[in-house]
Amino acid sequence: MSTQVFRTATLFLFGLFFLVPIAAMFEFSTRGNGINASRTWAAWTSILTYPDLTDAIKASLALAAITSVAMLFLLLPTMVWVRLRIPAMKSVIEFICLLPLTIPAIVLIVGLSPIYYWIALNVSDDILTLAFGYVILVLPYAYRSLDAGLSSIDVKTLTEAARSLGASWPTVMWRIIVPNIPVAILNALLLSVALVLGEYTFANLLNYTNLQVAIALLGRANAGVSISTAVASLLFAFVLLMVISFVGRRRTPSLGAAATDPQYLTAGQRT
Amino acid sequence: MTVADRSAVITAGRAIGGGRRLPLTWIGVIPFFAYVGLFLLLPTGIVVAGAFLDKNGNPTFAEIQTTLSQDYVVRAYWNSLLLSLVSAVVGAVAGAILAYAIVLGSPHGLLRRVVTSMAGVLAQFGGVTLAFAFIATIGGAGFLTVFLQDHGIDIYPNGIWLYELPGLVVVYLYFQIPLMVLVFLPALDGVRPQWREATESLGGNSWHYWRYVAGPLLFPAFLGATLLLFANAFSAYATAAALINQGNPIVPLAIGNLIQSEVGLSDPGQAKALALGMVVIVAIVMVSYAILQRRTARWLQ
Amino acid sequence: MNWHRFSRLGLAAAAVLIVAACGSSTTAGSTNWATVPSASAGGGMDALVAAAKAEGELNVIALPPDWANYGAIISGFTAKYGIKINSANPNGSSQDEVDAVNQLGKTSRAPDVLDVGMKVALANTSLFAPYEVQTWNDILASQKDPNGVWVQDYGGYMSIGYDSSKVPTITSVDDLLGSAFKGKVALNGDPTKANAALNGVMMVSLAEGGSLDNIGPGVDFFHKLKVANNFVPVQATTATVKSGQTPVVLDWDYLSAAHGTDVPTWKVFVPSNAILGGYYAQAINKNAPHPAAARLWEEYLYSNEGQNLWLKGLARPVRMQAMQAAGTIDAAAAAALPAVNGTPVFLSDAQATAAGAYLAAHWAAAIS
Repeated sequence: MSTQVFRTATLFLFGLFFLVPIAAMFEFSTRGNGINASRTWAAWTSILTYPDLTDAIKASLALAAITSVAMLFLLLPTMVWVRLRIPAMKSVIEFICLLPLTIPAIVLIVGLSPIYYWIALNVSDDILTLAFGYVILVLPYAYRSLDAGLSSIDVKTLTEAARSLGASWPTVMWRIIVPNIPVAILNALLLSVALVLGEYTFANLLNYTNLQVAIALLGRANAGVSISTAVASLLFAFVLLMVISFVGRRRTPSLGAAATDPQYLTAGQRT
Repeated sequence: MTVADRSAVITAGRAIGGGRRLPLTWIGVIPFFAYVGLFLLLPTGIVVAGAFLDKNGNPTFAEIQTTLSQDYVVRAYWNSLLLSLVSAVVGAVAGAILAYAIVLGSPHGLLRRVVTSMAGVLAQFGGVTLAFAFIATIGGAGFLTVFLQDHGIDIYPNGIWLYELPGLVVVYLYFQIPLMVLVFLPALDGVRPQWREATESLGGNSWHYWRYVAGPLLFPAFLGATLLLFANAFSAYATAAALINQGNPIVPLAIGNLIQSEVGLSDPGQAKALALGMVVIVAIVMVSYAILQRRTARWLQ
Repeated sequence: MNWHRFSRLGLAAAAVLIVAACGSSTTAGSTNWATVPSASAGGGMDALVAAAKAEGELNVIALPPDWANYGAIISGFTAKYGIKINSANPNGSSQDEVDAVNQLGKTSRAPDVLDVGMKVALANTSLFAPYEVQTWNDILASQKDPNGVWVQDYGGYMSIGYDSSKVPTITSVDDLLGSAFKGKVALNGDPTKANAALNGVMMVSLAEGGSLDNIGPGVDFFHKLKVANNFVPVQATTATVKSGQTPVVLDWDYLSAAHGTDVPTWKVFVPSNAILGGYYAQAINKNAPHPAAARLWEEYLYSNEGQNLWLKGLARPVRMQAMQAAGTIDAAAAAALPAVNGTPVFLSDAQATAAGAYLAAHWAAAIS
C-alpha cells in the first residue's frame, strides 16, 4: 500500500516538474500579438509551410538510425570483450567514453574540423558524415547504460557456458548477451536517437542543416514559431522513441529460468 | 574438455600461452580504439596540444600562464565545479528515486514506456528553448511568478536568482534527472526479487536489505551514473549561454567567448588552454571515482 | 654551362606551358570568376548572371530572416535568378563566419559571402576577394576598402527598444535606473563577445558623459543597473521580448524595430545626446565554392532593389544618400525610420579595440 502511495506521489511531483515548463512553452506559442489578442494556431500551422524542413527531418532520422546501429556494433562487443578478457582496460575504456563530455562541443569541433575537412574532400561532403562525430557524442550515455546492464548479468558464466556448448562469438553476442540486457540496450538506443535528433552544435558549426538547425532558422521568423517548432520537435522525438520502445518489446525473453537460478540469490561477484 | 578444464585454461591463460595469447586478446578492442583514436583522441589531442602553442605555432607555456592568471578564470572553474557537483548529486538522488518508482510498476506497462521515452527526449533537451521554458514559468514575468505574486509570495526579493547559478542548477536538473533515470534503470532492473525474499527469510528488514544487499550492489552503477551527470553538467554550454549571457561565470561560457567573440577578444589559444584545464579536472574526478569504486568493491567481498 | 642550358630550357618549357594553359582557358571561353574584380571585367552582367545560374547555389552564413529583412532579400534573390540559397548558422557571430571560412576551406559548404562587423572585416582581409559592384561610385570612400575587399552594406543607430505597454515611456538613458524597470533591462549579448552589445554599452557611456575613447561611464551605469536589480543577464530573443521577460532591450534600431511585428506596442528610442552609428560590411570569400553566384549576390544587394529591401527592414542602406538624390529610394520605408535629431558618431577600429580591452578587464566584475 505504501509503495503505491510513494509511487503515485513521486510520479505526480516529478510529472509536474517536467510538464509545467513544457505547458508554459505551449501556452506561449498560441498567444496572439498585442495585449488582449486572441489565441491563435498560426505559429503551429506555419511549420507545415516550411519547405526545407522535410529534408532536414529525413537527414536527422537517417543520422539517428546510422548512429545508433554503429554505436551498438562498436561499443557492445568491445565492452563484453573487455569484461571477459582484459578487465584491466575497463578504466581506460570508461575514461575514453567520458572524454566527449569533458570539453564543450564548440571547442571539440576545433579539433574535429581538420578531420572533417579531409573527409569532405576525400570521402564525401554529405550530411550523413555527421554520423562519425555523433557516434562519439553518444558514447558517454550509451556506455553508462550498457555498463549498468552488463553489470547486472553474469557475463562470464553465460559466455563460458555458451562457448563450451560450441557457440561462435557472433552467436554469443546476438543470442546470449543481447537478449539478456534488453533494458540497457533500449535505453542506450533511446538516448542515442534523442541525442541525434536534438543535436545542434556540430551540425551548425560544420554548416550542415539537420533538424535542429532547420528549426533554429525557422524560429527566426517570429517568437511564436520559435517556440512552437521546439515543442513540435520534442513531440516528434517522443513519438519516435515510443515507437522504438514498442519494437524492443518483442525481443524481451522470459527470464524465468535465470531468475530462479540459485546462483543469483547470493550477493556474488560482480564481473 | 569439461567445462571446468576449459575454465581453468581460460583463467590460467597467462601461465600457459604467455606472450602468444596476448596479441589475440587485443584484437577484440582494435576496432574501438581505431575509431575513437581517429575521431575522439586525435581531435582532443589537437585541442590540448593547441594550448601549448602560441599564435605562430611555436611551443610555449605562455597561453596557459596568461589564461590561469586571470581572476575570472579561477572563479569560472570554481563555479563550474560547484554547479556540476550539485546538479550531479541532486540529479542522481532524485533520478534514482524516480527510477525506483518506475521499476516498482509493470516492466512492460504503458506508463513505463511513456516515462522512459519522455526521459529520453528530456535528457537531451537543452539550449535556448529549455531556458525559455523556465523563463516562461518562473522568470521575471513567468506565469508561476505572477501567480505567486498575486497570492502575496515574492520569490525574487533580492533579484532574479533564475539568472544566476542557483537558477542554473534548477534548470540543469531538468535534463540531469531524466538522464539518471535512463542510465540507472538497467541496474535497478537487475535487482532480483529473490534477494529481498532471501533477506526477509534470514530475518532482515527493509533497512538491512538496502544497507547490506541492494545498496552495495547498486552503488557502482549509481556512482558511475553520477560521474556521467557531473561530466554532462561540466561541459554543458547552450543552456547556460541563454540564461546567463553576461560575464562568463562558468568555463564553457568563457571558452565560447574566446572562440566566438567578434569584438577582437577572440583567442583560440586561451580557449584551448581552458579546455585542457577541463580535461585535467575530469581526469582527476575520474581517478577519485576509480578509487571510490575499488573501495566499495572491497566491501562486497 | 650544362646547368645554364638546363635552366634556360626549363624556363622556356615553363613559359610554353603557361601560355598554353592561358590560351586553352581563353579559347574555351570560360572565365574563372573567383578572381574577377568586377562585372565588366568578367564580360558584363549577362555573363555574370549566366555563370551564376550555371552554379545554381549560393552559401550564405549568419543571415537570420528577421535581421534587417534578410528573409525578403533571400527570397527576392532566389525568385529573380532561380539560384537556391543555403543559409547556414543563422545565430552565428561575425567571428563564426570567419571561422567557418577557415575551417571549411575548399569544401562545397564553405560560405560564399560574408556580412560581418567592421572589426572582423578589417582583421581578416586576407580571406576576401576584391570585387567592385556596379554601383561602386555611389558609396563614400570612407565606407569601402580602396581595393574592394570589403564594402559597408547597411547600418543603424544604437537604440533602446521597449514595450510601451509594460514600461513607461523612455526619454533618456537615466530613466532605466527607475524602479519601474526592475528586472527588465537586457543587452543583445555580452559586450566582450557581441558587437551590438559593445556598442550598446558605448552608447550609454556617451549619454552618461563618456566619449568614444572612454567606455568607463557606460560600464559604471550598468553596474548601477545591476545593483538596482534592473539589469537581467538573459539572452534577449523575440520570445523573451514577446513574453514580457525582457521588455527593454538595447540593440541596433533596425533589429529592435523587428520586434514590432510581435509586439505592436514596441517603441524605439535613440537618445539625442548619444547617436552611435554602426555599419556592417560585405565581403566575398576568396575560395568561394560558387564565385559567380557570390558576385551576383553582391550586385543584387547593392542594386536599388536590394538596398530598398534593407530599408524596409529599417536599416540604413549604404547608398541611401545617392538613392535619395536620384529619387530611387523607397520613400514610404525611408519615412518609417526612427527619427534621429543630431549628428551620428562612429567608433573607429582603434577605439573599438580600446573599448574591448576595457570591457575585458572590467565588465564581468561590474555586472556580477
